[in-house]
Parts: sequence; C-alpha cells; structure tokens
Amino acid sequence: MIKAPASCFPNVFSGICRLLSAAVLVCAATIAHADIDITVTGAGAKLFPVIIPVFENEGSLPNSVSEIVRADLERSGRFSLVDLGPLTLPESKTPDIAAMAARGADAVLAASVLPSSGGRFEIRFRLFDTTHKEGNPELGGMLLHLSPAQHRLAAHRIADFIYEKLTGIPGYFATRIAYVVKSGSRYELQIADSDGMNAQTALRSPESIISPAWSPDGQHLAYVSFEARKPIIYIHTLATGQRKVLANFKGSNSAPAWAPDGKRLAVVLTKDGLSQIYLINADGSAARRLITSSGIDTEPAWSPDGNWIYFTSDRSGDPQIYRASATGGSAERVTFEGVYNVTPRPSPDGAKLAFVTRNEGRFRVAVMDIASRQVMPLTDSARDESPSFAPNSNMILYATDIGGRGMLSATSVDGAIKQRLSVQAANVREPAWGPLQQ
Amino acid sequence: MKKLLLPSLVALALAACGTEQTTEEASAVDDSASSTTTVPTVTTPSRSAASLDPLDRAGNSVFFDYDSYVVRSEARPLIDAHAKRLAQDSSRKVTIQGNADERGSREYNLALGQKRAEAVRRALRLLGARDAQIEAVSLGEEHPACTETTESCYAQNRRGDFVYLGR
Repeated sequence: MIKAPASCFPNVFSGICRLLSAAVLVCAATIAHADIDITVTGAGAKLFPVIIPVFENEGSLPNSVSEIVRADLERSGRFSLVDLGPLTLPESKTPDIAAMAARGADAVLAASVLPSSGGRFEIRFRLFDTTHKEGNPELGGMLLHLSPAQHRLAAHRIADFIYEKLTGIPGYFATRIAYVVKSGSRYELQIADSDGMNAQTALRSPESIISPAWSPDGQHLAYVSFEARKPIIYIHTLATGQRKVLANFKGSNSAPAWAPDGKRLAVVLTKDGLSQIYLINADGSAARRLITSSGIDTEPAWSPDGNWIYFTSDRSGDPQIYRASATGGSAERVTFEGVYNVTPRPSPDGAKLAFVTRNEGRFRVAVMDIASRQVMPLTDSARDESPSFAPNSNMILYATDIGGRGMLSATSVDGAIKQRLSVQAANVREPAWGPLQQ
Repeated sequence: MKKLLLPSLVALALAACGTEQTTEEASAVDDSASSTTTVPTVTTPSRSAASLDPLDRAGNSVFFDYDSYVVRSEARPLIDAHAKRLAQDSSRKVTIQGNADERGSREYNLALGQKRAEAVRRALRLLGARDAQIEAVSLGEEHPACTETTESCYAQNRRGDFVYLGR
C-alpha cells in the first residue's frame, strides 16, 4: 500500500485494496480514489450460490461491471460465487440451465453490453433459477441505458435486482454513504458509493463536522459544522457544492433530521435555554418549538410515515428514548432498560428502532422491534455510535472504535452479517446511509 | 419528469417479475443521477480568531464534576470577575463554550456541554451581566483539552470556557 503523505488526505493517494471474505486480498496501488476498504467479518449461515459470468462485450465499458456485481453480492454475506472463468453467457440466449446447476449454482445471470447511439450503452440481463425443474426458469430481467460513466451505478442496480429476486429483500447497493473523516486536525465530509468506491469530499474544514443527514431525494446533506466556533446547521447541495445556513440561532444548532416529505426538518436549538426540539422549513424559515421539557431533548428522528418524532431526553434523569406526535403533544417513553439509551433511528420500513445503549461502560448498538418493544443487542464493541439504516431496513451502518481509531461497521439486523469499513490512516465517524439513487 | 417516472417504471418492472413469465423489463440509469456527477469540494472560509486578553489567559475555564451541571463553589471567584467586567463595560460580549467528555453520543454530549454553558450563563446573569452580552454555546466532545481515555483527562474536558469576541 502507498502510505499517504502527511499533507494529503487518505482518499487521494491510498491504494485500492479490498479484503474479500476468507482472506482473499485484491490489492492494486493506483492514484484513483481508493476510498474505503470493506472487510467482511461475518456472513449469513446459508449462502446462495450464484453464477455471475463476465458480461458479453463488457470490455467496452471503463471497468468490469460483472466484477462490481460479484463484489456487491459477495460483500453482502448472502451469496457465494460460482466461478465460470472467462466464459460469457449472452443475454440473447437461455443458458444451459442443467449445466449451470451441475456447477453448483442455484441461479445464473446471462448478460450483455450493447453499444447504443451517441456513445451510450445498454446492458441487458436475465436471471435464471437453476433449481426450477419445470416451466420457465427465468426470474426476470432488465434493460439499462447508460453512459460509460454510469457503469458503477448500473452494476449496483443489477446487483440490487439479483439480491431482491433471490432473497426477497430489496437490495441496497445503488446507494451512497456519507461520513466524516478526521485526519490530524482536519475534517472532511465525504460521500462514497455503498461499496466504498468513488469517495469524494464535499466539505473540508479545520473544525469538526457532525450529524450528516441525507435529504429524502439524496441530493442534499444537512449537517452541523463548528467552523464558526459554534454549532450551526447547514444544507449542502452535493452536485453543486452550494451550501446555505439552515439554522444559526443564538446558542447551539444541531441534530438535523429531514421529514420524509423533505420540506421540513426537526432540529435542536438552545435559543430558549437547554437543547429543545423545533421544526423548521427546509429554507430556514418558520422555526417553531415542537416538544417542551425542562431538561435536554435531542437527536430527533422521524418515523417513515412522518407521524412520530423519536428523540433522546433526560427528563427522567437518565437519557432515554421517547417519541411524540410530529404535530406536538405529550411524549411517550420508549426505552426502559438501563440508564443510557440514545440516538434513536427508526428503520425505513417503520418496524424497527436502532439505538445506542450503554451497558457496564460499553456503548453498543441495539435494535428494538417497535410493535413488541423487544430489544436485541446487535454489536459487541465498547464504543459503537451513530447507527444508520440502509434503505432496505436490513443493514445498519454504525461508527465503532478499533484500537483507538474510528472506523465504520455494518451489521445485518439479525447480527449475522458483519462488515468493517475503514479509511487508511484516518478516523472515520458519523456515518449516514443515503436513499436508493434515483 | 423523466426523473419522476423512472422509479415507478422500475417498480412496475419488479412487480411484474412476480409472475413466471419471461419478461423483458425496461429501466434506465438517469442521466442526472448524482452518482456520476462529481461532488465539488467546498473548503470552509477562514475566520478571524477570537481575541484573548490577559484575563482570559489567567483563567477562562470552569470545570464540572462527572454528570454534573452545577458550578462548583471554587469557580465562583472566576465567574465573579467575568461578571464584573461585563457589568462594567456593556460593549463587551462573551461566548461561553460548554464542553463534554468523549463518552457516548456526540449529539447528547453537545446537549450536555450546552447544559454546562447554560449554568455559567445563568451565574453571570445573576451577577449583573446582561443577556445581550452573553452567548452560551456547546462544542460537545469536539474540542477536547485532553485526548487520553483516563478519568483525569475526561475531567479536563468537562468544562466551560469564556471566549471574548473581538471588539
């Protein structure tokens, strides 16, 4: 690996290195954005064997799209890949299902890249069930139009299609994540694809940046920046770099949470004393207090239907999680076990609540089934923070600390599948999983 | 409109896949997809440093006990001196920066730092400084004075700092 010069940020000069399962090390030192290394540290009990062949004519695209699809599926901890070598299976023909079954695959993809007009391309693919004995074994297919620069997103879409067809759960590969990298005394808010590639810096600052929150359309990030020596909330449009102040009231401004409609945010202001939860329009207008307590109320998060605001409050003495109607009114306590339960994050499907709980001095991510209020601890490190659900509600990204260094980890909601995401020689924290890309 | 239509096309396509028929599904990668747009890097504007004067250097920090937001009696003389100075010169403005140790949620720690800053702000008010002269803010766990994971280090991070703004 290339060691990054002290003056450089790690996403600029570090090598591309990916640890796949079972210590298969694929390492290529380049000056590309290398980004986040993802290590699979736990996989599902049952892996689905699939054949993802080299796509016919994929050499006409800048990178191997089949390689990106395979990497997505393998990293998910739910699939094993049956190797077909350099053999392609053109989309135009139904593959020899029996032969593919004999190789041990339960499903096989047939895929082709075709030139289209104006320098663009099409990817056509069909997925087949090799365990299907009678009738049509085809599970479905797609036609994707793309420019060469869009090959990564196209590959993630294909992986999402396969993932959903074979597991019954929507995929999460065509997503981006945001996180903060601290290197020395510098901070960067970075955005990367869900596979850790294509990392880019949206904001660079000598002061801390916390609490990034994706707008529902994935175009903007709200976050808290300390660049003015006090916490101020900004909204940053990623494509243009345009940023505007959302809230800069007297005192502290923090914990932005977008309403599902993207028109309002819940925020925490201290203009009237201690930290309290307000609603504010996305243009910064009409801040109004939503919930009132004599103590601390913070870390608001919306239920996906927009009806509830979950939040952390010390109104009972210890920090616990409560929820209140998004139109205001009285709060209902949600967590009861232990003396420190913070950072509530409802899943996008509304069924679960991830949060951070302290037990014997250790901070861990736990998940609650909202209907039954059953709580399951998910992680086992000492300093796990900032849980963030993938759009499919099945994976949770969180910040952890390994050997004094901040890293990101991801876990499936059943705790079986675990991944570690790290950036070389830097501290990574404050992850936020973005929506599926449109 | 293209952007709005595409997801529903995909949804339709996926819904159709539930059948066992061979289906040629249509979808597309939107040209405006932000993943293929470079994210420009913004660098925060540089700011002028808050001015420090001899009184600040002599003692501009008030420390708090673990899980406490009550100003200790030993901090009273310091707060007195600051309050007197603010009361004597109404053009003076001070920011109280509250801090917290690093354990736990960053946002909750921000709220705890605010609670400490607010305790100092109230003490200054009682001693004659005016609301317009004081801003209580929190830096949470983001500005530790000490970065070791020891109790004595944590104690140094549970504090409120007086920062006078340039006049």
